[in-house]
Amino acid sequence: MSHIVEHPVLDPRLAPPFPQAALPVLRNPQLRKNVAHAIDVIQTKRGKLIHEKTDWQDLRSAAAAIRTHVLENLGAYLEQFEARCTAAGGHVHWASDAAEARQIILDLLRQEKATEVIKIKTMTSAEIQLNPFLQAAGLGVFETDLAEIILQLGNQEPSHIVVPALHINRSQVREIFAKSMGRPELSDDPHALTDAARTYLRRKFLDIPSAISGANYLIAETGGVAIVESEGNGRMCLTLPRTLITLAGIEKVLPRFDDLEVMLQVLARSATGERMNPYTSLWNGVTPGDGPQNFHVVLLDNGRSSILAKKRERQTLRCIRCAACMNSCPVYRQTGGHAYGSVYPGPIGAILTPQLMQMHHAQSLPYASSLCGACYEVCPVKINIPEILLELRSQVVDQERHDLGRFFDPLYLGLRAAGVILSRAWLFHAVQRLGRIGGSFVTRKDGWIHAMPSVGGKWTQTRDLRGFPKDTFHAWWQQNRARQSEKGAK
Amino acid sequence: MHASLFITCYNDTLFPETGRAVVSLLERLGVELDFHPQQTCCGQMHANTGFRSEAYSLAKRLVRLYADVEHIVIPSSSCVAMIRDQYPGLFEELGNDSLRREFAAFLPRVYELSEFLIDKLGVEDVGAYFPHRVTYHASCHGLRGIHLGDRPFRLLAKVRGLDLAPLPNLDRCCGFGGTFSVKNAEVSSAMLAVKLQDVLGTQAEYCTALDNSCLMHLGGAMHRQYAGMKTIHMAQILASTESAPMEALL
Repeated sequence: MSHIVEHPVLDPRLAPPFPQAALPVLRNPQLRKNVAHAIDVIQTKRGKLIHEKTDWQDLRSAAAAIRTHVLENLGAYLEQFEARCTAAGGHVHWASDAAEARQIILDLLRQEKATEVIKIKTMTSAEIQLNPFLQAAGLGVFETDLAEIILQLGNQEPSHIVVPALHINRSQVREIFAKSMGRPELSDDPHALTDAARTYLRRKFLDIPSAISGANYLIAETGGVAIVESEGNGRMCLTLPRTLITLAGIEKVLPRFDDLEVMLQVLARSATGERMNPYTSLWNGVTPGDGPQNFHVVLLDNGRSSILAKKRERQTLRCIRCAACMNSCPVYRQTGGHAYGSVYPGPIGAILTPQLMQMHHAQSLPYASSLCGACYEVCPVKINIPEILLELRSQVVDQERHDLGRFFDPLYLGLRAAGVILSRAWLFHAVQRLGRIGGSFVTRKDGWIHAMPSVGGKWTQTRDLRGFPKDTFHAWWQQNRARQSEKGAK
Repeated sequence: MHASLFITCYNDTLFPETGRAVVSLLERLGVELDFHPQQTCCGQMHANTGFRSEAYSLAKRLVRLYADVEHIVIPSSSCVAMIRDQYPGLFEELGNDSLRREFAAFLPRVYELSEFLIDKLGVEDVGAYFPHRVTYHASCHGLRGIHLGDRPFRLLAKVRGLDLAPLPNLDRCCGFGGTFSVKNAEVSSAMLAVKLQDVLGTQAEYCTALDNSCLMHLGGAMHRQYAGMKTIHMAQILASTESAPMEALL
């Protein structure tokens, strides 16, 4: 496994800060090429399909309105979902945090005397670190989404929320399959690789009677659940087992069945650049003699209600996990997902992760953006990600500005000083003069600064800076135009 | 027509030639230009780094300084984006009613340079002459922040002698991002490397933009790499004429 980053830490409590976590990726040509290639393919497909949809902006507005309405009435819709789902034969469980959700799921599996469980791709289960917990409890956990199989067999972590193995290319998949399946003869032909995965999967589908899924949408009106996917492996998990446990964040609810009309259109186009995703599964509770006979929904809060309580940040929960923001993000394009130290990478991860951590961890993530605005432009539910990034940055500064360790941090020192200096023109002008004198010591004969001390060194590690000019603009104005107009006045 | 120039703190300090070019350009077009000597900064650096109260003080200061001015011209799309995107939130959160009224009266009088030329003065041909191959970098704040659209291209198209080289991936960020360029210096540099491939690939002599901040980042790397291309603010191209070529403004 020569070129794959080994075991990045996707726990925001333990992960290194973003600038540090990004370094190994920036030095890894294969990884950067894999990521850039994969998202360029998706972006191109998305671009074509958005372009053909002449009412795209109206669809975005409709999707944003539906999600905003849900969040403003979340309690009522969740209770309605619980009542309707229960009436249809399902069981609804409420989990306030990750630990509670994991325990509920483990207890349900133990009631079933399950020793193994199959899973549909669910980022929410990665958020609560479900797999290692179930494995530690002695259960065999088997992913069935092709990308998740690659990650599980290769002992890898997801780097994207829609295509989690996007950082791994075809020959690396071959390497993982050949090694873990004991098939050294396997070629990297996509058909051969898919065939190997299918052979591996069929036995799991036929043998294992318990499954775990996530949810794209919960429908309050019907108590139903909707899942979209590309492979059909999800549908196998939803139909073959005896027991199905669906784990869903509390924000995933939609008011009406008809809302799917809008939401499915924006999701498929945004996520994979398809008019319609290949498999859309919808079910309500339990149907005797058909499909799982024990159906449970675990509703997960895990920090979501604290986000809901904040007016400006609430829009974060509109997210439908399409990943268009990360596909459009110039930062993600260079770093891939692992640098974010969270199962939610990219722009949405940069705002969601620190909020899920109640701002106790992942404080470097709101700064992992150049604020270019590409994410906001593509977001199908119009989450103003740059606005929330700025809000979270101000919360980080409020946490840190009185911190003694940060007091002498050059950036903090500089910005505090700049706040005072820029409030008084005479002081600003005096500091400009001082800067010019100081700058002259580091300016070379060619008139450029090639190396600066302290935080300036971060600039000059890859960029020169032209030396301070002889005169500021206002000094020039004072000498030329201001005098002229005085003369004119006289 | 009267207008007052807000030059911005970094143009004042590091790029005075851009300010001189704006003066020469607008005076040539018959604008009576003013310059408020008490001006400093719009507060963008503070706001974007999370220093909201400092940003608010500077915002308040700027709005009051220009209370009596007819048009405010700013040769920096990112500072204009700061005023349009972030000031409303700052005044909403930290201001009072009277300040919010002052801001409401201030906002429609703010123009980015290319907006002022095209929307207010109604000119596309400013009589410029710049016999060079040039590529235009659309800064994110100009493109997505204040939606400059084709204004920069309409202005460049009318510059005599100018050979405009189209830049691939025009909507991709160059990686500057203010304090992002030092807080995430390595990622910023990786984004810069990718952008430079596109920029240098145009074989242009100059890369221009309506933001000296992106240009400082791109130009700094060009200088470091002996890349054979220079950066230049679009005001300097538009100010340049046969009788007073750009060099004379430096």
